[in-house]
Amino acid sequence: MTVKKRLSFAALALAAAASLAAHSAMAQSPKLKVGLMLPYTGTYAALGVAIENGFRLRVAEQGGKLGGREIEFVKVDDESDPAKATDNVNKLIKRDNVDVIVGTVHSGVAMAMAKAAKDNGTMLIVPNAGADAVTGAMCANHIFRSSFSNWQPGYAMGEVVAKKGHKRVVTITWKYAAGDESVKGFREGFEKGGGQIVKELSLPFPNVEFQALLTEIASIKPDAVYTFFAGGGAVKFVKDYAAAGLKKTIPLYGAGFLTDGTLEAQGADADGLLTTLHYGDSLNTPRDNAFRLEYAKAYKLQPDVYAVQGYDAAQMLAIGLKAVNGDVSKKAEFAAALEKAKIDSPRGAFTLGKSHNPVQDIYLRQVVGKENKVIGVASKSLADPGRGCKM
Amino acid sequence: MSFETFLVQCLNSLQYGLLLFLVASGLTLIFGIMGVINLAHGSFYMIGAYMAYALAPLVGGGFFTTLALGLVLAVVLGYALEWAFFSFLYEREHLQQVLMTYGLILVFEELRSILVGDDVHGVQAPPWLAGSIPLGDLMTYPVYRLFISGVCLALAGSMWFVLARTRLGMTIRAGATNREMVQSLGIDIQFLYRVVFAAGVAIAVLAGMVAAPVSSVYPGMGNQVLIICFVVVVIGGIGSIRGALLAALLIGFVDTFGKVVFPQAAGVLVYVLMALILLWKPDGLFKAG
Repeated sequence: MTVKKRLSFAALALAAAASLAAHSAMAQSPKLKVGLMLPYTGTYAALGVAIENGFRLRVAEQGGKLGGREIEFVKVDDESDPAKATDNVNKLIKRDNVDVIVGTVHSGVAMAMAKAAKDNGTMLIVPNAGADAVTGAMCANHIFRSSFSNWQPGYAMGEVVAKKGHKRVVTITWKYAAGDESVKGFREGFEKGGGQIVKELSLPFPNVEFQALLTEIASIKPDAVYTFFAGGGAVKFVKDYAAAGLKKTIPLYGAGFLTDGTLEAQGADADGLLTTLHYGDSLNTPRDNAFRLEYAKAYKLQPDVYAVQGYDAAQMLAIGLKAVNGDVSKKAEFAAALEKAKIDSPRGAFTLGKSHNPVQDIYLRQVVGKENKVIGVASKSLADPGRGCKM
Repeated sequence: MSFETFLVQCLNSLQYGLLLFLVASGLTLIFGIMGVINLAHGSFYMIGAYMAYALAPLVGGGFFTTLALGLVLAVVLGYALEWAFFSFLYEREHLQQVLMTYGLILVFEELRSILVGDDVHGVQAPPWLAGSIPLGDLMTYPVYRLFISGVCLALAGSMWFVLARTRLGMTIRAGATNREMVQSLGIDIQFLYRVVFAAGVAIAVLAGMVAAPVSSVYPGMGNQVLIICFVVVVIGGIGSIRGALLAALLIGFVDTFGKVVFPQAAGVLVYVLMALILLWKPDGLFKAG
């Protein structure tokens, strides 16, 4: 054997060994990298933690695996800051090479994530942010949502308020995407039921000086008021509404966030308020009871709607992975499996619509004591219209 | 808009304006008189609100005992902060002041998260202030809001009195104009500044505590008031208590009527007002000194 031949033989052997190594690596299927991009600091920190808890609970129930693959988490704190969103999501996609991204709470951040996911073809599951466009104009066959669209609770409440016989309604919200979309949904449901919105009031986000607008409401004297506020703003609005003496004369209705995680602070001023959401307390189904027990055992905390959405994000990922044997690059099959699936959520089983937003029951809830008690279904199997979605 | 509604909106404006003054007055003192750009002012406001929430159970829930305890703690905090951090800043550039006080915001926010968590809390107003008075058949007005307005007026009056009419106020003003000269006259300017700074912090904490029952207590609340505080101070003229009061009332009226009459532009009206006033009077309405 000449030197040259010997060299080429060695090269061949090396190449073969290398390809063998690569092949065996594939067969072993290394851990699936899940990028959690959630708020861990700032106003929404508690929500981010609840979503992660829910997600991890599902992974733990499945023995640390989803769809047969072990899970490795990469975490990024998005700070609910849209200005940093593109950088943060690109870190996950380009530096950490994650297979799937799960996030986030803030709609503005989620929009940036959807764009990056679309551009890079990365799988994305949104566990909260309700921006209609995520499963509307921005939709893609590898973008999913386990929560809701802002339109859904609004539309459901529109139907409820119309059925209660209210004719003239004033809406009030922050002037930003979530508030506008919620009010738009409400208007659609309410006008279909024969009602009329006499005035849409709004104030800049996150301004909480409501007094001027409350005076405006008092002078218009509508039959009812519909509102979308969340967090600190929701607490202050409910208290100010009661202090202005309006609660007794003009009934207040809201999207569920008005009374979620805020009841402790709102106290008696929130008593009796009606809100709509896809989850609530005292659902009392075997599925929800089991989930609540497991969650309480694992974290010494009561779960909330955000924990449910995190849990369901993990369920959805598992269903998709199972259909493609853990190979996330088969996006079409992954999506097809999810579109057919029935997701066994603690909130009640739901399916995914054409634009990958949950088709789900929206509950009517009433504040009783410190609970958002479910008193009925406001809208059965409500699907977001997915406007602007071309898939 | 009916005349009755108009009157109620004027009351709303006045009340909001006074609330703004209450929040911004501590900043006027520190920024205006000591020349330190204190971005952490909002954090002191937040600390005050959280004190109103967290201290109440410790002292048996009495509103005024909580207030008194909070004020004592605030003075201690202000005094210690001045000694540890701010006393090194007077001779430095504004950029370094911004850097350090911004760092303090992050520290306070994180401490708040560790100590009391990220939940939203409510604070009860004392029972004898919790009622409402009817305004015609239109709506009712919470007594507590009127109480806040009273606190603001009392505070504005006493700040003006101390600064303009007492020997202490005179030395403080002199120190603001020429630090070295006052020092060479045998006055312990270092101690004086420490006291002024502690007073500024105490006023911000007081604002937070008094506002807590109407604003509720939530993460990030300090950053929300910070910008509007600077607007008040800049419009009013740096260092002027009178200017700050007038600016706060002006903003109260513009914001309240802006929300109702031009809802589309409500977010920018206050800043348009600031720009116009600065074009007309680059030093603000009243320049101190």
